[in-house]
Amino acid sequence: MILKVLKYSFSDLIRSRWSYVYLAFYLVLGFVLLFLNENLSKAVITLMNIVVVLTPMIGTIFGIMYFYNSREFTELLLAQPIRRRTIFLGQYLGVALSLSLSLVVGLGIPFAIYGITQSSQIWDFTALLVSGTFLTFIFSGLSIYIGLLNSNKIKGFGYAILMWLFFAVIYDGVFLISLIVFDDYPLDTFTLFASFFNPIDLSRIMILLKLDISALLGYTGALFQKFFGTGQGLVVAFIMLLLWVFGPMLMLVRKSSKKDF
Amino acid sequence: MRLTIVSILLLLVSHRGNTSVWDVCATCSIQTIEEAVERAAPSDTVRVQKGVYVCEDIELRKPVVLLGEDGAVLDGLGTGYVLKILSDSVAVSGFKIINSGRSYTKDFAAIYVFRSSYFTLSNLEIVDPFFGILLEKSKNGTVVNNRVYGVSKREDDSGNGIHLWHCTNIIVEHNEVYGLRDGIYLEFVDESKISKNYTHNNIRYGLHFMFSNHDEYVDNIFENNGAGVAVMFSKFIIMQNNRFTHNWGTASYGLLLKEIYDAEVIDNSFTENTIGIFIDGSTRINYTGNLFEQNGWAIKVSGGCYTNKFYQNNFIGNSFDVSYNSKMNDNSFNGNYWSDYTGYDLDKDGIGDVPYRPVKLFSYIVNNTPETIILLRSLFVDIINFSEKVSPVFTPDDLIDNQPSTFSFQ
Repeated sequence: MILKVLKYSFSDLIRSRWSYVYLAFYLVLGFVLLFLNENLSKAVITLMNIVVVLTPMIGTIFGIMYFYNSREFTELLLAQPIRRRTIFLGQYLGVALSLSLSLVVGLGIPFAIYGITQSSQIWDFTALLVSGTFLTFIFSGLSIYIGLLNSNKIKGFGYAILMWLFFAVIYDGVFLISLIVFDDYPLDTFTLFASFFNPIDLSRIMILLKLDISALLGYTGALFQKFFGTGQGLVVAFIMLLLWVFGPMLMLVRKSSKKDF
Repeated sequence: MRLTIVSILLLLVSHRGNTSVWDVCATCSIQTIEEAVERAAPSDTVRVQKGVYVCEDIELRKPVVLLGEDGAVLDGLGTGYVLKILSDSVAVSGFKIINSGRSYTKDFAAIYVFRSSYFTLSNLEIVDPFFGILLEKSKNGTVVNNRVYGVSKREDDSGNGIHLWHCTNIIVEHNEVYGLRDGIYLEFVDESKISKNYTHNNIRYGLHFMFSNHDEYVDNIFENNGAGVAVMFSKFIIMQNNRFTHNWGTASYGLLLKEIYDAEVIDNSFTENTIGIFIDGSTRINYTGNLFEQNGWAIKVSGGCYTNKFYQNNFIGNSFDVSYNSKMNDNSFNGNYWSDYTGYDLDKDGIGDVPYRPVKLFSYIVNNTPETIILLRSLFVDIINFSEKVSPVFTPDDLIDNQPSTFSFQ
């Protein structure tokens, strides 16, 4: 049943223009980047900055927009003998999957044409796509959850955008300032843990581990060394991102089963 | 009088005409190297055939050629030096040398050269020595095509691969050194040339330079050494066409320049080092044609560096291009290619119309609070970098590339 709802949401989004616009955007972005940068590695670095900021934003906006737009259909489904969990998880996965597909296909095609599969950048690029997909799942989940909490569309949109802004900019700002203020204290444990609580930071670190490992290893802390120097960092970041996917999903399921429509 | 002239002539003739070859092998009439060297006349050749020869502290006090054939192994039995070269014009070639001694009080070496001129050490394979090749107070020598390697783990109980002390005019070429403390070490060495060597996976430095002037090192590869290459307290050094790669760690750099004056750093490539070049108290150095790619810090400038010139270098994809620890700047960075440059070039002359600032605010923050490195490339950091770029407060405001190139140099 969940698959049916998923399939419906998915094909609904695929048929709607936005999915194609999103896909086209990534296609154009990919080609332009590769055209402007003479080498793949530079394009990957530029793309990283874009993906880490943009995929959460698109995920957030699409998630909440889809949730409010398909409200009538949701109410129709609710009248059927279908479990609520099935309905909302199906919708959520439909949105997240179609967005991720746009991302992967949209960026995959230009880079594949420019020969990423034969280059040494393939792992950096894979890390990029993986974290982009993670971010899409996390942020569309969070924004649907916000949609469930707020029946008022304006309020819902506002909160969703604020949530994105918080994770993309504000969190890092507070984080940076607290690091500078508490400079005299040993901070490496705090630093690592603080970055676990922001999915954008996590996926950024996952990419840093690929692109900037030389700089990261310049720091003296033993914990840092262990985290970045071994494969541990990548594994931990990956697990934390998985937790970040399942957290909002669980919240969504719990909220949806209690909500009074 | 006539007699002496005749005898001198005779001597010369015999000397030139009769350089004989002394074969050493298990079944030959001469079975030890000592005996062969003992019997050899100056400029004779001692040819050592296949086999393992015990060789403890053998001293070469006359100009002989010691030639190892394929499979000739010198075994030092772990007691001390293996070969000591104490005469001019000695050539040693073709041996594999094992079990040279270790000591905490003496600099035991597989090959020790003292007060020698015109010596040649070539095609040697030295396995797990304390010091590999140790040259002291020698001149005009050549060290080529050798391989020195060990499995050292700690700095204090290991020696250097090729160690030169108080030498002049030595050529060190085509050697490979790995798994020792310093790959190649020079102290008080003048007018020497280190070229085409490959030093990698050493515990400390790939190449270590102290108090050595008028030297040049070219076409070398330094890879994955503990702390890269250190050049200290030296003048008039030419560093050209070397490759510095993969020197990762907290105090690790491709190249450390400390108290260096009037040097040239030309056409080198620095890739994936924690710090590409760390410059401390170095003055009047030209950096040109170098490639800095994917380093943590391409260039880190510490105090007391004056009139250094950086031009026509490529800075590509480094986490930080240039880092300063003060607001003072007396160095020029004009005319480089920076991959982070975002300006435009309206008149299409290949020079960007907007100056580039290689020092970012974030690099200043990371200098003060190293943990913040985890926020590298985050949106917030981009925003504060941008605001600093518009109006510099914390970074040296005169540190600008006024003519940033819009294309990378070949």
